[in-house]
Amino acid sequence: MTMAEGDLAVTELHFVRDRAIAPKPPPAAMTGAFGWVRANLLSTPFNIGLTLAIVLLLAWAIPELIKFLLVDAVWSGTDRDACREIVQHREIGACWPFVWERLPYFVYGSYPIPQRWRVDAFFAMLAVGVAWMLWLEAPRRGLGAFYFFIVLPLASFILLHGFPLIGLPVVDTVLWGGVLVTIVVASVGIVLSLPLGILLALGRRSSMPTVNLMSTLFIEFVRGVPLITVLFMASVMLPLFVPQEYEPDKLLRALIGIALFASAYMAEVVRAGLQAIPKGQFEGAMALGLGYRQRMRLVILPQALKITIPNIVNTYIGLFKDTTLVFIVGIFDFLRTIEVARIDPKWATPVTSTTGYAVAAMFYLAFCYGMSRYARAMEARLARGDGQ
Amino acid sequence: MSIEIPGGPPPVAFYNNPKVRSIVYQAVLFAIVAFLVYGAASNAIDNLQRAHITSGFGFWNTTAGFDISQTLIHYDAQVSTYGRAFWVGLLNTLLVAGLGIVFATVLGFVIGIARLSQNWLLAKAAGGYVETIRNIPLLLQLLFWYNAVLKSLPLARDSIVIAGGAYLNNRGLFLPKPIFETGFAAVLIALAGALAIIVFFGLWARRRQQRTGEQAPIVWIGLALLIGLPLAAFALNGSPLAFDFPQAGRFNVSGGIEVLPEFAALLFGLSVYTAAFIAEVVRAGILAVSRGQVEAAYSLGMRPGPTLRLIVVPQAMRVIIPPLTSQYLNLTKNSTLAVAIGYPDLVQIFTGTVLNQTGQAVSVVAVTMAVYLTISLATSLAMNIYNRRVALVER
Repeated sequence: MTMAEGDLAVTELHFVRDRAIAPKPPPAAMTGAFGWVRANLLSTPFNIGLTLAIVLLLAWAIPELIKFLLVDAVWSGTDRDACREIVQHREIGACWPFVWERLPYFVYGSYPIPQRWRVDAFFAMLAVGVAWMLWLEAPRRGLGAFYFFIVLPLASFILLHGFPLIGLPVVDTVLWGGVLVTIVVASVGIVLSLPLGILLALGRRSSMPTVNLMSTLFIEFVRGVPLITVLFMASVMLPLFVPQEYEPDKLLRALIGIALFASAYMAEVVRAGLQAIPKGQFEGAMALGLGYRQRMRLVILPQALKITIPNIVNTYIGLFKDTTLVFIVGIFDFLRTIEVARIDPKWATPVTSTTGYAVAAMFYLAFCYGMSRYARAMEARLARGDGQ
Repeated sequence: MSIEIPGGPPPVAFYNNPKVRSIVYQAVLFAIVAFLVYGAASNAIDNLQRAHITSGFGFWNTTAGFDISQTLIHYDAQVSTYGRAFWVGLLNTLLVAGLGIVFATVLGFVIGIARLSQNWLLAKAAGGYVETIRNIPLLLQLLFWYNAVLKSLPLARDSIVIAGGAYLNNRGLFLPKPIFETGFAAVLIALAGALAIIVFFGLWARRRQQRTGEQAPIVWIGLALLIGLPLAAFALNGSPLAFDFPQAGRFNVSGGIEVLPEFAALLFGLSVYTAAFIAEVVRAGILAVSRGQVEAAYSLGMRPGPTLRLIVVPQAMRVIIPPLTSQYLNLTKNSTLAVAIGYPDLVQIFTGTVLNQTGQAVSVVAVTMAVYLTISLATSLAMNIYNRRVALVER
C-alpha cells in the first residue's frame, strides 16, 4: 500500500521531541578544579585578597618550618659543637642529636637504668588497658573496666614503686621523671577523676541538703581557683594537715591535687549528662520498684555516661595538658626534663631550646589531637544513634 | 483528695525508712567531714607549733625587703610591706588579665568568623590554628615565647630600632613615654564632651529612624567628633604633650616605658591560647543561629552586612556570652602560669616570694585562693543575672 507508506512518512515528520537531549556541560569556568577555586577562593575581591594573604603567609611559614626541622637540621654529633653555626659555618636548624642523646632522660627521668624495663612494662600494660577501653566493640569490656580501674593501678604501683618481697627494689619517686611522670599523673587523674566526679555529681543533685551543700561547695571552690593554687595547697599545706610521720612524698601530693581538681571538673561534665536524661527515665525506673542505687547503676548512669563520653574525653585532654603544671611544684614531668636538658651546658646552643620545645609540642599535640579525634568520632557515632 | 490506706502507713522497718536513712547518711557524711577537718586543723596547729610559726596576718604590715620588677603603684623594697606587695601583685595580675581579655576577644572573634568563611583556604587555616594551639599546653607555649623567642632577641647594644623611637631587645620593649603638661586636661574634657554629644546624637538618630525610617551616618559623625574635638583642643592649647624617648646605651636602654619580656610573653601566650578557645565559642554561637533566620533576612531584602549585624550577631551573642565569660575566667586563672616565666603576678609575688620569706603557708594560700574565688564567684553571679535577662521567653 503506497498510500499508507506515504501517510507514515508524514506522521514521522513531527516537531515535538519525545526524548530529552543530554544536558550541555556547565561552563568550564564553573566546574572542576578551576570552578572550585573560583567559588571557594576567589569569589569576591575581598576573598581574593584574603586568599593571597594566606598563601603568602603559608608560603613563608611552611618552608621555614621544613627548613628548620629537616633541611638545616643536624642529624648526628656528640656535643654542642655539632649544632653551632660558628663551628659548622652553615645555617643550623633543629639539633636532633641532642634529643637523641637525651631521649632516655625524657622518657624515664632518673629512673635507675637496670630497672627501666619496669617502666616499659607499665607502658605496655597501660596501652592494653587504654585500647580495651577505647575500642567499643572489644570483647569483655566489663572485664576491661575492672582491669583498667582496679588491676592496672595496683599492678602499676607495685611495678613502678617496687615491692622488695617479690624482688622488685623500691625506686623512690624522686627519681621518676619524663614521660613516665606525665603519663602517671595523667592516668591517676583519669582513673580517679571519673568515679569521684560521678559521686560529686550525684551528690550535687541529691535531695539531702548536707550532701548537696558539701558537693556544691567543693565543686565551686575547686573550679573557682587556679590549678596552681590547688597544687601549691597540696604541696605546702598537705604536709601540715597530716601528722609529721606520714608526710606524703612530693609526687603523691601533686597527684592528690590533680585528682581533686580534675574530679571537680568531671563532676560538672557528668552533671550535665545527668540533666540531659529525661525525667521519664527516673520515673520509669522508680515505677519498676528500683531503689536509688539500682536506679542509678542500671538505668540512669549508663545512659548519662554514654552521652557524656565526648565531654569526658575533652576533660581528659584538659587534664593531660594540665599535668605540665606539676612542673611548677618541682616534679620532673616531661616538660620539666626538657627544660632541664635544654640548659645543660653540654648542648647549649641557640637552637637547643627551640628543638626541645618542638619535641615537647609534637608529643602533646599527638596525644591531645588523638584524643580530640576520638571524642569527635564518638560524637558522630552518638549523633547517628548507634552508640551501643 | 488523698487516698486513705487502711491500717495506717505500710509496715516498714525503721532502718528501711527513707527519711531515717537520709538522716543517717547525712549524719555519717557530716561526721566524716568534721573528723577530717578537725584532724587536719589539729595536725596543722601541731606542725606549725613545732616549726615555731604563729599563723595569722601579722606579717601583713612587716617590711617586705624584696624588689619587684614591675610595679603599677609605688613600691619600695626597703619601706613597703608584704601587704603592699600583695596589692602590687594583684594589680599586675589584673593588668595582664585585662589586656589579655581584650586581645584574646578580638583575635578569637576574627578566627571564629574566619573558620566559617566561604574562603576554603581561610577556613582551613583558621581551623589549623585552633587545632594546633588548643592541643599544646599553655605552659609549653609560654616557655617557648619567653625562652626561645624573646630571650633570643638581640642584646641591648644591638637593639632593634622601631620607627617612632621604640627599641626592642632581650630586656624588653622600650616605648616613648608620654608626659602630660598643663593644659592637657582640656583635651580630656574635649574627649568627654565628644562622647556626650555622640550619645545624645545617637539617641536622636535612633528616634528619628523609628519615626521616619531615615538613617543618620552615625558612625562617621561619631568618629569625626571623637577624633576632631580632642585634636582641636590639643592644637588650641599649644600641644601640651611631650614624649620621654628611651635612650639606647651600651648595656641597657634607659627612660621611656619599659615592657618586660616576661609581661610580653605572658600577654602574648595567654591571648593566643585563649583566642583559640574563644574562636570555637564564637563559631558554635554563630552556627547556633538557624539558617532560616539568615534566609528570612535575605528574603526581606537585607544585604549580608546588616543581616550579620542585626539578625545573626544579636542572636548568637546570647549563646556566646556565657561560655565566653568562662573563657575570660580561664584566662585570669591561667595568668597564674606567670610564675613559670617570672612575671610578678599575684601568685609569683605572694604565693611564691612572700610565702617563702614568711613561711605563712596557711594564710598566704588562703588569701590567694580567696582572691581568685572572689573573681570567679562575682563573674558567675553577673553571668546568672545576664542569663536571666537574655533567656529566650518561649511561648
